Amino acid sequence: MLGDIGGYLSSPSNRGKVLELLGQHLVLALLPLLIGLVVAVPLGWAAHRRRWLRAAVFGSATVVYTVPALALFVIMPGLLGTRILDQANVLVALTLYTGALLVRPVVDALDAVPGPVVAAATAMGYQPARRFAAVELPMAIPVLTVGVRVASVSNISLVSVGALIGTGGLGQLFTEGFQTRYLAPIVIGIVLIVWLALVMDLLLVGLRRVTTPWTRAA
Amino acid sequence: MIFSQVLAWFADPAHWRGPDGVGTRIVEHLYYTAVAVLIASAIAVPVGLLVGHTARGGVVLVGSANAMRALPTLGLLTFLFLLLRSQAAATLVALVVLAVPPVLAGSYAGVRSVESGVVDAARGMGMTSAQRLWQVELPGAVGLLLGGVRSAVLQVVATTTVAAYVGLGGLGRLLLDGLNSADYPQMAAGALVIAVLALLLDLLLAGVARLVVPKGCRLSRQSDLGRMAAAQPRLIGG
Amino acid sequence: MGTRIAALIAAVLVALAMPGCGSGNPLAGGGTAGTVAVGSANFAESELLMELYAAALRKAGVPVQTRPRLGPREITNRALADGSITVMPEYTGNLLHFIDPASTATAADEVYAALRKALPSTLQVLDQSTAEDSDVLVVTQQTSARLGLTSMAALAPHCPQLTLGAAGEWPARWKDKIAQVYGCTFRQILSTDAGGPVTLEALRSGQAQVVNLFTTSPDIAANHWVELADPQHMYPAQRVVALVRAGLLNQAGIDALNSVSAALTTAKLTELDRRVTQDRAVPADLAKEFVNGLP
Repeated sequence: MLGDIGGYLSSPSNRGKVLELLGQHLVLALLPLLIGLVVAVPLGWAAHRRRWLRAAVFGSATVVYTVPALALFVIMPGLLGTRILDQANVLVALTLYTGALLVRPVVDALDAVPGPVVAAATAMGYQPARRFAAVELPMAIPVLTVGVRVASVSNISLVSVGALIGTGGLGQLFTEGFQTRYLAPIVIGIVLIVWLALVMDLLLVGLRRVTTPWTRAA
Repeated sequence: MIFSQVLAWFADPAHWRGPDGVGTRIVEHLYYTAVAVLIASAIAVPVGLLVGHTARGGVVLVGSANAMRALPTLGLLTFLFLLLRSQAAATLVALVVLAVPPVLAGSYAGVRSVESGVVDAARGMGMTSAQRLWQVELPGAVGLLLGGVRSAVLQVVATTTVAAYVGLGGLGRLLLDGLNSADYPQMAAGALVIAVLALLLDLLLAGVARLVVPKGCRLSRQSDLGRMAAAQPRLIGG
Repeated sequence: MGTRIAALIAAVLVALAMPGCGSGNPLAGGGTAGTVAVGSANFAESELLMELYAAALRKAGVPVQTRPRLGPREITNRALADGSITVMPEYTGNLLHFIDPASTATAADEVYAALRKALPSTLQVLDQSTAEDSDVLVVTQQTSARLGLTSMAALAPHCPQLTLGAAGEWPARWKDKIAQVYGCTFRQILSTDAGGPVTLEALRSGQAQVVNLFTTSPDIAANHWVELADPQHMYPAQRVVALVRAGLLNQAGIDALNSVSAALTTAKLTELDRRVTQDRAVPADLAKEFVNGLP
């Protein structure tokens, strides 16, 4: 096996291909993560403030992330009017998934901010928007990070399914290896994806540490 | 326009009957899901409960469960098929590997969620370790455990869709064959059926959880959301 | 606090934009101005043909970009139509069927002529090659000897006892046709894959007694399997041909592509396929070799 992997990587065009796919994969997984978060926060905020919105928001989120990735990827051009090869299709689908995945943790995290703290902030004169940015959101970060970590692993893994329609990042190594009965590219793909997920996870934990210094205080 | 084509596809009875019909595909899909989740639970529930009960190896368990979540479905399926040379074996192993983490995390989190005060009281009352596990910790764990099973079911339903790539039956066939024969209505119809199936299963399991979880153990809104979030991620066909 | 978070987000965004810089921009839609993008479908031989055409274009001094593994025809044709790619290696029969499903042409020249007529004005096929990669039903040597099977014409009496292994989309297109043309109704049709490991394994393990493969599959010869003849031409001709976006290639490019098509034969293509699947040769390197050997 190791010999096979070495053999596969000894060719410069294979190495170049793997690197290019890795780059593609990163963008396809991380951009939706960011945009999904940006979408989920205001939505979650709205659902947190108004009870009646919750059912609608959670309901649609559930529906969105129940649709299988592959199906959503292919339906996108019909919905968006994009060109079929645009990586935008996979990007938008993954953004929808991430947003749907993160909406609940946002609401739960905001719900978990202790009432007295919010009251104190209001009493100190914080306007709602400032209070949200300066008090509630930061306090929500630890719980939110758990959700983001899950979404990150999920996206990094999901991108490879796009290989079935030609936008799969490292997933292309799987279809290729399978058709030519060559285990080496498959193993390389799996290892890189798991490694990517690990690195992202560590980065996110680090990010949480940096943005919530009070949790480290004795 | 595509909407009316999809409706027309559903309206055609030929699409429902026969070995290629939606009916057969649904049954196949449910069968693979049931078998995989049962096997995964048989493995993951005892391990999760035990590790949670003895409070040893928790970090390793959570770490391994997270690492297993990172495994890409398509990669796993293709790797296993080339190795095992059998559609059934490759798919089953892949589905089980992907179903174990949520159930494992759910059982472990469930046991850990039982308040230590309650466990201590049980110990004080003279319960043995086994009695504590069965009579105190397990009932308390059922909520999060079932949450883990629910996640696993969704994960497997979605993953079985991808398994059509190695020739497996099930609803993924509608998607993939539609894609390969440029039959857009079939693909959209397949996606719809899978989505509805997953939603129904989810509702069903939520109902089961309501029935089974003792009222006193229902998690309140504010209680340990972090552990809940960790136990109920939804990974979709990835 | 808010500004700290904002600064962090900005930093992350900048970091994310990094991989997007440079020539390998994964978000770019099509070839950059002047570059010819050659696509391929989601299987090894298509990728090989893509590399062959790309290498020939390069040799002719045309700047080339390869876009491998784009997906099924639905996607590749749309890519050609909207300019994401300029060249696509194709097979005459399947391309014709995709554009004009009602066509009944099956012989090679018939198919080619019908194709030229059926294509929209934005697309064009260049010269067709003699190399052909069509569907073929295959049985093991033992089955062939036992049942006296060397042709699809002899299948009919045996079909009810035989299981066929074929790609998931095979029944929709051929189940009725084979009953009509050869009077064959299989006992069972297993969905495997398009000539890939699942299909090969199905025949090897005996799960299926007949499988649908392709004429350039190196595994047929390697396993001493028997191809069933198709005297009624149920399967249409599948000559290799370059499908291009009209008006975007200069004469040098067109000649380069035609030279590859002219030089390819079914035997040569099968040999190239064998070198990729069995010798693990890299398609791009094989292509360079092949093209350098051209006059």
